[in-house]
Amino acid sequence: MKEQLAKIKSEALTAFEGVSSPAALDELRVKYLGKKGELTAVLKQMGRLTAEERPAMGALANEVRSALEGAIETAAKKLETAAMEAKLKAEALDVTVPGRPVKQGHKHPMYIALDEIKDVFVGMGFTVLDGPEVELAELNFDRLNAEEGHPSRDWSDTFYFDEDSRVMLRSQTSPMQVRAMDTMPLPIRIIAPGRVYRKDEVDATHSPMFHQVEGMVIDKNVTMADLKGTLNLLAEELFGKGTITRFRPHHFPFTEPSCEMDVQCHKCGGAGCPTCKGEGWIELLGAGMIHPNVLRMAGIDPEQWSGWAFGMGLERTAMRRFKIADLRLIFENDVRFLEQF
Amino acid sequence: MNLSRKWLNEFVEIDTGDREFAEAMTLSGSKVELTHDLGAEIKNVVVGKVLSQVRHQNSDHMWICQVDAGKGEPLQIVTGAQNVKVGDLVPVALDGSTLPGGKEIRAGKLRGELSNGMLCSFQELGLDQRDFPSAYPDGIWILSDDPELANLTVGEDICTAVGLDDHVVEFEITPNRPDCLSVIGLAREAAATFDKPCRFHQPVVKGGGDGVLLELLDVETPDPELCPRYTARMVRNVKIGPSPKWMRERLRAMGVRPINNIVDITNYVMLEYGQPMHAFDYRYVNGGKIIVRRAEEGERLTTLDGKEHTLTANHLVIADEGRAVGLAGIMGGLNSEIVDDTADVVFESACFDGTCIRKGALALGMRTEASAKFEKGLDPLNTLPAVNRACELVELLGAGEVLDGVIDILNYVPRPTVLKVEPDRINALLGTDVAENVMYTILQKLGFETTIERGMIKVPSWRGDVKEMADLAEEVARFFGYNNIPTTLMRGQTTLGGYSDEQKLEQKLGAVCRACGYDEIITYSFISPAWYDKIGWPADDFHRKSFKILNPLGEDTSIMRTTTLPSMLDILARNYNYRNKDVHLYELGRVYLPGGENGLANEAKVLTLGAYGENFDFYDLKGTVEAILKDIRAEEVHFEGSLGTPSDISYHPGRFATIWCGADQVGVMGQIHPNVAKNFGVDGELYCAELSFDELMLARGTGAEYVPLPRFPSVTRDIAVVCDEAVTVGKLENAIRRGAKGLLKEVSLFDIYRGKGIDEGKKSVAFNLVLRADDRSLTSEEADEDVKSILEALEKDCRAKLR
Repeated sequence: MKEQLAKIKSEALTAFEGVSSPAALDELRVKYLGKKGELTAVLKQMGRLTAEERPAMGALANEVRSALEGAIETAAKKLETAAMEAKLKAEALDVTVPGRPVKQGHKHPMYIALDEIKDVFVGMGFTVLDGPEVELAELNFDRLNAEEGHPSRDWSDTFYFDEDSRVMLRSQTSPMQVRAMDTMPLPIRIIAPGRVYRKDEVDATHSPMFHQVEGMVIDKNVTMADLKGTLNLLAEELFGKGTITRFRPHHFPFTEPSCEMDVQCHKCGGAGCPTCKGEGWIELLGAGMIHPNVLRMAGIDPEQWSGWAFGMGLERTAMRRFKIADLRLIFENDVRFLEQF
Repeated sequence: MNLSRKWLNEFVEIDTGDREFAEAMTLSGSKVELTHDLGAEIKNVVVGKVLSQVRHQNSDHMWICQVDAGKGEPLQIVTGAQNVKVGDLVPVALDGSTLPGGKEIRAGKLRGELSNGMLCSFQELGLDQRDFPSAYPDGIWILSDDPELANLTVGEDICTAVGLDDHVVEFEITPNRPDCLSVIGLAREAAATFDKPCRFHQPVVKGGGDGVLLELLDVETPDPELCPRYTARMVRNVKIGPSPKWMRERLRAMGVRPINNIVDITNYVMLEYGQPMHAFDYRYVNGGKIIVRRAEEGERLTTLDGKEHTLTANHLVIADEGRAVGLAGIMGGLNSEIVDDTADVVFESACFDGTCIRKGALALGMRTEASAKFEKGLDPLNTLPAVNRACELVELLGAGEVLDGVIDILNYVPRPTVLKVEPDRINALLGTDVAENVMYTILQKLGFETTIERGMIKVPSWRGDVKEMADLAEEVARFFGYNNIPTTLMRGQTTLGGYSDEQKLEQKLGAVCRACGYDEIITYSFISPAWYDKIGWPADDFHRKSFKILNPLGEDTSIMRTTTLPSMLDILARNYNYRNKDVHLYELGRVYLPGGENGLANEAKVLTLGAYGENFDFYDLKGTVEAILKDIRAEEVHFEGSLGTPSDISYHPGRFATIWCGADQVGVMGQIHPNVAKNFGVDGELYCAELSFDELMLARGTGAEYVPLPRFPSVTRDIAVVCDEAVTVGKLENAIRRGAKGLLKEVSLFDIYRGKGIDEGKKSVAFNLVLRADDRSLTSEEADEDVKSILEALEKDCRAKLR
């Protein structure tokens, strides 16, 4: 009987090891461990053994059973692994086939540039204002110290809706300075982006409609040094840390002193190239300390309060930011252009 | 404004290179646009002397010349010109030289004879007859025929010899600085910029001409406010001829064509002093009387450019007793022009009202160099030195005899501006710490008088732009250096800032449109009135009432749009024509409706969607509209048909919906009417939606709030009912909701079927229903009861039967 058990064990173990399918494994389990299986048959002979022999033989039989059960488990696991491997192999894909496209929309590059600018100023406690484009000449010019006779008031430069030149399309976002002064409590920190209109024919650098953003601060002890510091920060946010700027005297009726800010040409690093017309610098914006007349007209005492303001063209900024060569692309709205940003 | 650096150097010696000069002037406020070396294109061209000349053996017209070009050995040069003689001085382009236009000259053989260069005409050097009136135009330029060039040295560089060795700087002068529209004005700026002394010259007129000025000439200014000052002098026995080379060179460098000595003098003085001058032929000043008056209505005058103008009382004219002889401050009259036999000349140096001149020039469409200066407001103290300078030049040129005395009518005596210098306030405005004495030094250099009284300064007469402390601060900053002002960040009371609710909604709408695959566009706010026809609006539709631009660039951009639809269609059509596939666009743009405050527009914002593409249909667009409304948490969203608004006509009548949130219409959407699409050149289906931003603002729901997840399982039931075609899905859904007894949580359409098994004119509509109780697991029986009630409602309300 001992020999029989040993034989079953070795035969069975060999058989389990070579098994190739779950069905065959099941068959083998029945063959050895089933009710009519070989091990069961041997155990049925236990009755014939002496009482002394029985415990040892019983132990042996149990050992064989658990060895067989263990072997079945191992074989089953092996089969399972093999089956999974086969399945995975069959499921293999050509990963170079392109992904299924997800249609994403794109923000217009002008608005990308504007949103960057807004973020810079909102972070510094500025309020973003929105205002009318059909505007009173009084706010666009008179209140900004551009008297009767200022060339930009000419019908050749500005669009008007009435013969008296009273209502016009704003030629700058600067009337928002006046609207802010008239409606907001001091101190004021605002930016005001929006559409502006000038009588320019369409070409690679001109459009009768374009966008500007105005910025203004009025507070006690505001200085030109503050203006420079803030605008330098803006230039760095837009064009990268370490962007070099310079300030040049200029003239605007509503600021004094007035300046223009240039950024060093990104193409040539200041050496002079066709992009910067050989100057090494590219004009970015106009700015200055708010003219005392403008403050006075708004009922603000220039002895007590001072302020600065700037205005910048957004299309130009976007063009510089994204190296867009022709302004017409901005308003053409070809999706092959729009989807690059 | 052009500036000859040679001329500048007469007043202030500055020898820096063009680039440094431009940079320094720009940074002190005189922006340089360009610098230009007049002789830059001419290299290696010298003065040569023709030593001998023989006929070319193999040519019937060429000459072989031996030329001394200062190189020791004579050079052999072949020329085809016939006007060269032995002994002539001529311009010689040597081997390896360049000429204007990039032309290169190399030694070579001409019909077998070596030619070591080329003899040049003045045209080949980029000059014209006006520059050298006596030069022979059809051949080599014989320098020695011109008395002013006869003493040139052989071998001398041609640029130096004929005055092409100048450098010209082109400035952009801002309108507040008309004083800088002159050599003297720029010399002052340059002297201050480079900290160099300025040498100004007081004109000295000998006079003594025959006659008494006051007997010959009388001036009246009946409109004194339009003519603050009128200064005149007279010259007799004038000999009209070319002006000398040095004067022609300077005029040319500044971009002014030489004409004759008298006219050139007026231009020269205008450039030097910034004071426009005019010269009349005294013969044609009838009665010896000059009257500066308003033109009579309909008065006619032909100006020097040969154009005839009909004038109005808004024009100021210079007239004699009988007629106008010039348009004051703009252009002289042809009837009193300086001509070759002019004998007596009146020089006018006046100051006219800037606004009057500007409007007059604008109305006639003739902005001249003089009017551009006057309109900015000139220094009335400049007229006398300018007229004296002109007379001094007449004497220097020997062009005539200047009469003693000056007629000088001063209708307005400007009072000098005296300002207090407040160094603390200037520093406080600039954020600097500039010492008081440094400020004074800067102001002194600019011509401010600092000696009048301690702490006070007198503004020079030519600086009408300086009126108060801020203006002085700018002067200080300009020469302290804008780039030397420190950079600081803002201090002071902090403000909250941030975005308004409207701006937040704008951002949200843009984000959801992009998430739905729509690209942002920007379109013009002004459109052509013809676009209202293109979108099919009835001719009498009140929506057509638009803000009309009185001076548009063109008809295409002449009115402010009251609808964004045609702008979107234009861009869709453009992309369609570019064969771009699957285009989805959005714009949050304004319309401009009449009726705003103060005669302004009501500028309402509209979110416009536009799309086309293979398989794109109504429900794709509707899905996006629903996503937008869901994103802003709008409630009671539903879609209805047309209300019969005339503007709905732009859309396909069977594929059009009005969009509602509760009782408020937020917009419209649908397929564009095929005729309208065709008007924009598109033969496919276009889809658009127009959503009112203001309505979306009102439809916004409150912020998200957590609703507990269901604790008990739900039961789902699918039902399919058959109903008439005319019954809408919306109606069926309403019936289902009405029929449910409180367990129904969701209804979703999953199929609409027509065809086999369903009668003609009917359709089968299938819904998936989700039923659930919040406090228990639902039994099948409970669910069945609800469904039964739903089916009853469907039958009752919609005559829809279970399939």
